[in-house]
Amino acid sequence: MKNRLKVLRAERDWTQADLAHALDVSRQTVNAIETGKYDPSLPLAFKISRLFEKPIEEIFEDEE
Amino acid sequence: MEKRNVNSGEWARQTKKSTARLAIWTILWVLTVAIPAFGPVLFWGENNLINLSVILLNIGVGIGMINANIKHLNTLDEMMKKVQLEAMGISLGVAVVGGIAYSMLDATNVIPFDAEIGFLVMLIGISYMISLAINLRRYK
Repeated sequence: MKNRLKVLRAERDWTQADLAHALDVSRQTVNAIETGKYDPSLPLAFKISRLFEKPIEEIFEDEE
Repeated sequence: MEKRNVNSGEWARQTKKSTARLAIWTILWVLTVAIPAFGPVLFWGENNLINLSVILLNIGVGIGMINANIKHLNTLDEMMKKVQLEAMGISLGVAVVGGIAYSMLDATNVIPFDAEIGFLVMLIGISYMISLAINLRRYK
């Protein structure tokens, strides 16, 4: 699944560690999501959505 | 661009705390394994009451270690839980398949020595560490 996490993070001048702290996950998990190696669960996707104040569809894109 | 304060850090603190707790319980458990292993030889000889007591102590500390492990897993984030779950699944499979095969090798006298539980424990530990390293690399 593609996502705009890296772009949104960069816009806010946050490091991966900053984002990891905000989401209560490890930096490795943020990195794996950004690189598309790990797809977050729905609760985590909602958390990301709330943090960036954007709908999930604007952050994550289904590749089908 | 506004830089928000996103460093709550509470989850990271909890994870560090649970990792330290698990390390302490694991060290204690290893120490309580050594007591019934070396104690009878070095100190009290064949005293069944003391042997039973130290083995019960080992089981008690072992339960504490299992509890600390569960708490530690619960503090991990969802991807790390997945990584750990897969590594544990592989090591459980290796333990069952490898343990039964090892036992059969002994039962059929294919190996010239008795099957020791220590080898199985080593096999579980090594397979867990290898699968954990592979899984962590996969998501890197």
